[in-house]
Formats: sequence, structure tokens, C-alpha cells
Amino acid sequence: MSIYSEIILHHYKHPSNYGSLEHPDLKATAVNTVCGDKVAITIKKKHDKIVDIKFEGSGCAISIASASLLSEKAKGMKIVDLQKLDRADIVKLLGIELSASRLKCALLPLEALKKAVL
Amino acid sequence: MLDVKKIKADFPIFKTHPELIYLDSTSTSLKPQSVIHKTMSYYRDYSANIHRGIYKISDHATEEFEGTRNLVAEFINAPSPAEIIFTRGTTESMNLIVYALGRQIIEQGDEIVTTIMEHHSNFVPWQQLAIEKKATLKIIDIDESGILDSNNLDKYISKKTKILAITYISNVLGTINPIKEIIINARKINPNIIVIVDAAQASPHHKLDVQDLDCDFLAFSGHKMLGPTGIGILWGRQKLLDQMKPFNYGGDMVEEVYIDKTIFHPSPSKFEAGTPHIAGVIGMGAAIEYLNRIGLDNIASHENRLIKIALNRLNEEFGEEINILGPDFDQKVAIATFTFNDCHPHDLAQLLDEEGIAVRIGFHCAMPLHTRLKAHATTRASFYLYNDEADVENLIEGLKHARRVLA
Ligand SMILES: Cc1ncc(COP(=O)(O)O)c(C=O)c1O
Repeated sequence: MSIYSEIILHHYKHPSNYGSLEHPDLKATAVNTVCGDKVAITIKKKHDKIVDIKFEGSGCAISIASASLLSEKAKGMKIVDLQKLDRADIVKLLGIELSASRLKCALLPLEALKKAVL
Repeated sequence: MLDVKKIKADFPIFKTHPELIYLDSTSTSLKPQSVIHKTMSYYRDYSANIHRGIYKISDHATEEFEGTRNLVAEFINAPSPAEIIFTRGTTESMNLIVYALGRQIIEQGDEIVTTIMEHHSNFVPWQQLAIEKKATLKIIDIDESGILDSNNLDKYISKKTKILAITYISNVLGTINPIKEIIINARKINPNIIVIVDAAQASPHHKLDVQDLDCDFLAFSGHKMLGPTGIGILWGRQKLLDQMKPFNYGGDMVEEVYIDKTIFHPSPSKFEAGTPHIAGVIGMGAAIEYLNRIGLDNIASHENRLIKIALNRLNEEFGEEINILGPDFDQKVAIATFTFNDCHPHDLAQLLDEEGIAVRIGFHCAMPLHTRLKAHATTRASFYLYNDEADVENLIEGLKHARRVLA
């Protein structure tokens, strides 16, 4: 089965929360050394919660879709809960089976997000 | 002309995967039955160590092993099999030169020259040596079409240049460098220069002749030319090999060992410490025999025809949508490295894989080149003796599939 499901393609072609926030409270980038892809995340928080989040960067459909879905999920979440997100959560969000090399693409946004909220 | 159907029948992987469209031979080639058989036969029929046993199967193993050394020597027209050193691959061959020679001769202020189109294995070792010794690394540039700036060698090479490390053929652009002419001109500028040629992408398709090239070292890998993985070649001029220190110390490479000193064997044994990859070497012998049987000239002209068709057809179908790096077909081997629309190489490769097409993506171990070309990661389709026009058409259909999904 193709991993290019409708959900993935939708989020790739129309990503949510694409761009960057001015004066972010938190920010970080992550790079995939295989292809040079980069994801940059900017975050505004209030107390211990994420109130706004944007991401930008160049990436494949999987990493862009992953960033888009993750940003939707992260908005409104508590930072302590964000820190607990792991690979399984991303796989669930994407709803597809990924080979080891593509898992790297899928996890890139999470890596950036975790760096930001460290 | 090659009978591709007949050739394909020699490669059992096409029985396991009849639908496989393999366009990644630049990374590693597929293996014919004769190589698989010969490699396995060592383990099955005479898996003894070489050079030591006074018994039949050890003698047999030694004969096959040293027989391959002779085959390799003939394959590249080396003056003597004693100049053929078995390594793990091109990468190890390059590191061997850096350790056993580079570190002895490079001093502060010396210059090492390489090119912007090198594979990391012929770039990073020299860069690191230059950093360690406070020497200068100079890098021969390319033009926009991926042709080496070899008309201006005096811009890069001087009397201070001790080493020129250069690839014969680019694994990204496919560019065939005019290596013989470059060596002649480099020696005119500096007669003492030591020239090291990375032939990893040349040995699968091009007749090599180290005496005609007049290089000092030449390195290549078995697995790119139908042989097993984990086996490579370093050829070096006897005079230089004699002057070099061993790379690894241990058994097999020593003549006499005392408490306070050791007398080493001459080359090649001096550089082959420990039990080598015997099956790999023997399998490589079968690969050379296979290539000789088909004929490198036939392979080269088959590939040349194929890349001409591939470039024409890709440009015809996709026009502005595709950007193929490197020179035109007459100056390159059968490698098409490209960017396609805004499709990310990861997505392209994955969608091509859905259609049974294997290509490679990324920087292809040539990050300085990609930076120079201001290219993000690229997609590479490469063709070898078992590919034909149908594979080109399949690639085109695969790209159309990717375009449909991602557009
Ligand atoms: C031009 C070139 N040089 C060196 C190498 C390294 O070869 P190996 O990985 O077999 O050591 C490669 C392999 O991709 C290559 O294409």
C-alpha cells in the first residue's frame, strides 16, 4: 500500500501552521543529514501551555505532513505533555507504516519541537 | 550490441524479483551467477586459509586468491601483480595511502590538490590530513555543466603540490575526466607530483591502463563491478610502495619478528595484515572474468547509447520540469542525476519504488559538489549492462506517477 494516503497528501499540499511567529518564546531547528532537510519551529506559550506554533522548512511529503499534524496536536498542549511525545505518537498521527529511512523524515519535526521545549 | 535479455538471465536477482527495475548500479552493482557461485564455492569446497597450510585445500585457496591478483594486474595493465593490494574498498584504499604515505611526506605548507566533484572517500581523508599537517587543500573547480576546470591546472597545481587526488569519473555528474591529459599537464607543472586516481566509477565500464595513464596510485571497489562487497583494490607504483610504511600490523605481513624489531614482507604482503576477505577476492576474480567475457568496450558503448536515449527521452517528456546535472551524453557515463519539479527526492524515490524502480537519493557522498551546484538533495538513476530502453521508459512512467500523486 502507498504511504501517500489522502491525509498525508492533504497535509503536504495544505500544511497547517506553516510559517514563523514573530518574537517567539521558544524556537529550534532540526536537520536531516541524509537529504539536508530542515524544519524550524517557533512557539508562543502562556504559562505552561503552547498557545501558538508555526513551522517552516523544506521537506518531503512525510516530514511536512508530520510537522503539520504535530503542530495541530501541539497547539493547546501542556509543555510537560509535549515532552512525553514519542515515535509511537507520530506514527499514530500519520496513520501509515514507515520504513526506517522514512521514519527519520517523520520524526524530524518532533525532534525540532522537543529541542524547542527542552 | 549487448543482448540485455541474455545478460539479465545471468543475474539471479531477476528471478527472485522479476519486476525489479534496478537503476542504482553506481551505488553497487548486481551480481551474476558466476560470481555468486565462485564466492560460495570457496566456502563450500575449499574454505581454508591462504599462504599457510601445507595441504591441498589451502593450496587451492592460495592459488585462486593469487590468481585473482594476476587477473587484476592484467585488468589494469599493472607492470606486476606485486603492486596489487587487496583492501576493503576504494575508501580503505584511499585511507591506506593517507596513512602509509601521506602522513610521511606531507609537511606544513605543502599543498594537496583534489577536485570539487570527489566522493567523500577521496575528499575527507585529504582534508583531514591537510588539517593535521597544516597543509593547504586546493580544490579544482567545475563549470556550470559539470566539466572539470582542467584547462587551468596551473591555478591549482604548483611546485608545492605533493599530491593530486582526483576521480576518473564523477559518481554524481557522470563526467568522465580527461585524466590522462590532466596527469601529463600536472607533471609538466610539477614532475614530482604523486597522482592518485579514484577509479571506483571507471572500473565497471572503462578499460583501465595504469601505465598508459601514468598515475602513481589507482583505487577501485569490487562491488561496483559485479564483484562481492567488502573487497577493493589499490594499485601503486612499486617504487612508492617500497617506500611506504605498513598500514596495519599483524600476521601474514611479517618475515621475522624479534622482541625488539620486526622485518616486514615486501608489497603486497606488507599491506595485507591478517586473514583477508578470501571469498571476496576469489569472487572478484569471477567478476573480472565476466566483464572480460562481455567486453568493457561493449559495455561502454551499450551504456553510451542508453544514456543518450535516457537524456533525450527525459528532456523530451519533461522539458523544464526536469533538471539533469552534468554534461551531455558524450562526456559522461550512464548516470542521470536530476531534480524533478518541486518533488522532494525522498518522495520521488518512494513513489518510484512503488513502481518497482530502485534509484538513489541524497547527496551521494558528494556534499561539496552539491553545495557548489547550489543543489539540494538529488535523485540519481544509473544504468549498467543489464539495463535497456525499457528501463528508461519505466523511469519516465514512474516519474509521471510521482507527478500525479504529488502535484
Ligand atoms: C567515485 C567514488 N569513489 C569512491 C567510492 C567509495 O567506494 P566504497 O564505498 O566501495 O569504498 C565510491 C562509491 O560510491 C565512488 O562512487
